[in-house]
Amino acid sequence: MLLPLLTGVEVTFWICAVLAIAGAVGLVAFAKPVYSALCLALVMICLAVIYASMGAPFLFVVQIIVYTGAVLMLFLFVVMLVGVDAADSLTETMRGHRLAVALAAIGVLALLTLVIVQGVHGHPVGVDAANEAAGGNVEGLAELIFGRYVIAFEATAALLITAAVAAMVLAHPELLRRKLSQFDLAAKRMTTYEASGQGLAPRPASGVFARHNSLATPALLPDGQIAEASLSPALTGRAVTASPEDLWSAHDDVLVALEQAEDVDFEDALIESDPVIEQAEVDFLDDQAGVDSDSASDQVSADAELVAVVAQVEATQSVPVVPGSDAPVAPQPDEPVEVLVDETVDAATDRPSAAATDPLVDDGYTPASDDTEEER
Amino acid sequence: MTSIYLLLAAILFTIGLVGFLLRRNALVVFMCVELMLNAANLVFVAFSTHYGILTGQMAAFFVMVVAAAEVVIGLSIIVMIYRTRRSTSVDNLTVLKG
Repeated sequence: MLLPLLTGVEVTFWICAVLAIAGAVGLVAFAKPVYSALCLALVMICLAVIYASMGAPFLFVVQIIVYTGAVLMLFLFVVMLVGVDAADSLTETMRGHRLAVALAAIGVLALLTLVIVQGVHGHPVGVDAANEAAGGNVEGLAELIFGRYVIAFEATAALLITAAVAAMVLAHPELLRRKLSQFDLAAKRMTTYEASGQGLAPRPASGVFARHNSLATPALLPDGQIAEASLSPALTGRAVTASPEDLWSAHDDVLVALEQAEDVDFEDALIESDPVIEQAEVDFLDDQAGVDSDSASDQVSADAELVAVVAQVEATQSVPVVPGSDAPVAPQPDEPVEVLVDETVDAATDRPSAAATDPLVDDGYTPASDDTEEER
Repeated sequence: MTSIYLLLAAILFTIGLVGFLLRRNALVVFMCVELMLNAANLVFVAFSTHYGILTGQMAAFFVMVVAAAEVVIGLSIIVMIYRTRRSTSVDNLTVLKG
């Protein structure tokens, strides 16, 4: 055999040892605390695998759950809390600091290595026999923890309770100064007004426009400039606010759409009216066919003036044919669109527009009066 | 075989020591302390395997419990310091300086 004989334990050790040392170096070398925390997670997982290979399955699981699961997630939580971007400057602030650290590290490593080389004798017995004797690793540990060392175990219980209470007490936000009351705030506002002439009135609210209604939308002054006081400084700092050009363009688009709407001949608009709306009208007529036909039939003979007015309204509403504006999408024969169309049709009460668009209306169509609605 | 486990623990402990001495972010310093605790745990488990008794594993388990409690306290202290001083750099904590 050319290859040296390697057991599975050794292969596991060498893989995990290399990864663990790389993770430890990364923990020290990365400037950002998030990377450091993730490197520490790598080290802990590698150690857990090493534990598993050494006949300690209970410690393997506890290492994963307690260290990688709880402790490191707590670390990451705090890293997120105190600022992920707070990168540590790796420059040397004290003269000779790094040299001293290097000397200390070499000394400690040499000392530990010396102890290891001199202090460990014989071959490892292996923990399998002990595990077998107790009926398993977990059972063996349980015998120890709840037998000989039960006092220490109870002490850890007290320690954990103390730690939990202490963490709650420490994390409780303590007021560093007296809380300002409404009276104090009002007095402060008046003082500010006296000193600088500003701050008496409330700050302007953020703007509501056709395309934006979020808090990131600035209010516009009459000349079209942004009212700076209407935005939160946090939003301004993150540059997520809507640009004034965007707000103007929406307004301009509406103006263009209105002008084009005036140009549209509404006869053409009626002919090119929406197929979905027409379909909905036909459906509506089918529904109405079963209803008593002579009720309120005189309303069908609405005068042409009303018909024209409502038709003009419809033509204006169908302006979204205008390209480029925020037109509603081409209606699909989907359920929501149908519902929407039905609402629109119902909104146009008495439906003289249908009478204008559809010649079928004259015979047999009865407009939706109140009593027919009740019958339906 | 036990020696290489101990050597790995020694290397990890030394790297943790270097980070503890070198870094100035309190969070990273704290992580380095955790790394040193893990190295000590590895020594416990290695000797448990070496001598064939389970007491070492139990000691490692107790170390984990104490480390969890320590992390809770330490992190809440760090959060408190950050809340009052807006920084977690250990260089800024000079209040106790005479």
